[in-house]
Amino acid sequence: MATAKNKRKTNTEDYLRMYRQMVRIRSFEDNANQLYLSAKMPGLTHMYSGEEAVAVGICEALTDDDKITSTHRGHGHCVAKGAEFKQMFCELLGKAEGYCRGKGGSMHIADQSHGNLGANAIVGGSMGIATGAALSAKLQGRTDVTVCFFGDGATAQGLWYEVMNMAALWKLPVIYACENNGYSEYTKTDEIAAGSLTARAEAFGIEAFEVDGQDVLAVNELAQTLVARARKGEGPFFIELKTYRYHGHHVGDINRDYYRSKEEETIWKEQRDPIINFGAWLTREGIASEEELQELRDAVKADAEAAVSYALAADYPDISEVDMHVFAPNDAA
Amino acid sequence: MREITLSKAVNEAIAEEMRRDPSIFLMGEDVAEAGTPFKVLSGLVEEFGTERIIDTPISEPGFMGLAVGAAMTGSRPIVDLMFGDFLFLVMDQLCNQAAKTHYMSGGKLSVPLVLRTNMGATRRSAAQHSQSLHALVAHIPGLKVAMPSSAYEAKGLMKTAIRDNSPVVIFEDKLMYNDKAPVPEEEYLIPFGEAAVLREGSDITLVGTSSMVQVALAAAETLAAEGISAEVIDPRTIVPLDEETILTSVRKTSRAMVIDEGHQSYGVSAEIASRITEKAFYYLDAPVVRMGAMDVPVPFSPALEDITVPTAEGVAAMARHLVRGEARDVA
Ligand SMILES: Cc1ncc(C[n+]2csc(CCOP(=O)(O)OP(=O)(O)O)c2C)c(N)n1
Ligand SMILES: [Mg+2]
Repeated sequence: MATAKNKRKTNTEDYLRMYRQMVRIRSFEDNANQLYLSAKMPGLTHMYSGEEAVAVGICEALTDDDKITSTHRGHGHCVAKGAEFKQMFCELLGKAEGYCRGKGGSMHIADQSHGNLGANAIVGGSMGIATGAALSAKLQGRTDVTVCFFGDGATAQGLWYEVMNMAALWKLPVIYACENNGYSEYTKTDEIAAGSLTARAEAFGIEAFEVDGQDVLAVNELAQTLVARARKGEGPFFIELKTYRYHGHHVGDINRDYYRSKEEETIWKEQRDPIINFGAWLTREGIASEEELQELRDAVKADAEAAVSYALAADYPDISEVDMHVFAPNDAA
Repeated sequence: MREITLSKAVNEAIAEEMRRDPSIFLMGEDVAEAGTPFKVLSGLVEEFGTERIIDTPISEPGFMGLAVGAAMTGSRPIVDLMFGDFLFLVMDQLCNQAAKTHYMSGGKLSVPLVLRTNMGATRRSAAQHSQSLHALVAHIPGLKVAMPSSAYEAKGLMKTAIRDNSPVVIFEDKLMYNDKAPVPEEEYLIPFGEAAVLREGSDITLVGTSSMVQVALAAAETLAAEGISAEVIDPRTIVPLDEETILTSVRKTSRAMVIDEGHQSYGVSAEIASRITEKAFYYLDAPVVRMGAMDVPVPFSPALEDITVPTAEGVAAMARHLVRGEARDVA
């Protein structure tokens, strides 16, 4: 896992790890989409493809002790924060070896071991949780930072304004990261968001930043700075990351001409792709050759495919698990 | 008679009422061009425009509050809440404000609004998109609660809800949107507080709500083949509840089960079962049994989710025990 702490590695390693993590997210999503299209996955899921630089740029600035809260579009955050393909695919298929023993599925994946407090199917539902995690860190004298990921649509939830107020009053180590992909479901965000998002955070005295969410280096540089400052008690912060989702709102949203044009999608995919552009930069800078990057992509692809086969063959939880985990056990007296 | 889907029935009801009464407007997330994720409202914005079919930001407590205020001042709003699970976000405006305003104002103010939302598990949507929360609102005095069990009910109840001068919450089962049923072309309304006896029988009364009506009917069919005659009743609205039709049936059959997709504990099935026990006790030959969803958050895994909701087989098995008087502990 990337760390600001053990930064003894060379930049080259950091760059290649960022590239690899973005490729892993894309590859995970391509497989998840395929599972849906071939009717092997129960329910629906929301693809993170196109937004990889956001999750990776930010999570690469975090340690395992730092926390994140995620969204319905959460696979990218989960991978970026260190999760393994096998347990993730198992969870998507409702299998016992999934991160949540099949109880959560795509929209509720949590990975406790890497500080991922969970995806969330309630838009804006994690804003309180993230702020509470930051409060807890402060009260307990820890230095971990929490990043709250949410979409542009979620900024319409009143909860955000309540928790920003408290976070600002109490100088909590939380970073609100808004993934502005331009749409909330089938509606352009311009039509449902008044004024400017950064100004909303600034109204609470919260420092706000805008960054190109397709540029992993720009995102990472800003995140490194803000995470370090939040650790010193200079938070909270707000970042608006301009990005784009390649697929529909969910995997079943295939005919979407009525709200978004094919041309617009093509421009983002061809000119603004975070993986293609970062790959080109890596080769230009002589950090890796195109052959090396191709090898890396092939290896990730093989990994993902192996994890899918594993998950497809894995067992469902035993039905006796259905009423397990309703309450947390108390320590034996 | 023509057959249409439940989705179309809701759409027709809203369109007809909006044509009749210009004070009606509808608002919610992705209701206009997208016509909701379930496409229930497709076409309405083309006819009524964005002034009356209003796309909102993702601000459920906010637009619920707007609807309460609009309803108090001459409009008749229909609020579209995309998933029943989001009721938890709007509870203050719905239960502290809408439900109580008429009473608290000594009858001076009223809140004629409809909140249409949904319920029902087994769509593999996990714990925050699968709940059946009608018992929560039915508990609050001042709210009426309708639970259509087919396209026919969906249309008739929606029209009545829109004309009602009190706040009404209407729960559609999201698995039934594409189910077809005969629906007359000509206008009709289904009055609140009138249960439907969907199948007559003499051995046991099965009271079912929403999609559990289909489960009860399927169980009755199985039982009939075994010589057990089940009567199936759909209350259609749980507030107000047509107690009399249910009690009349139980006095005849002497046995009853109540099947509802809310969690079994502290739920609608408990309320109806308790009324039967209180008011028809001396007619009963067996305990009145509740069948609801298991008391667990709805799990994602298909292997687990499917065992959390009542099934026709489960209902038939329990009914068999009750009718044949075989000793069996009720879980
Ligand atoms: C409280 C709540 N309201 C509505 C929804 C339905 N819904 C799911 S995702 C979504 C759009 C979210 O948009 P945004 O926050 O921009 O995230 P994106 O999908 O673009 O990543 C909506 C309305 C929900 N899940 N929760
Ligand atoms: Mg968005």
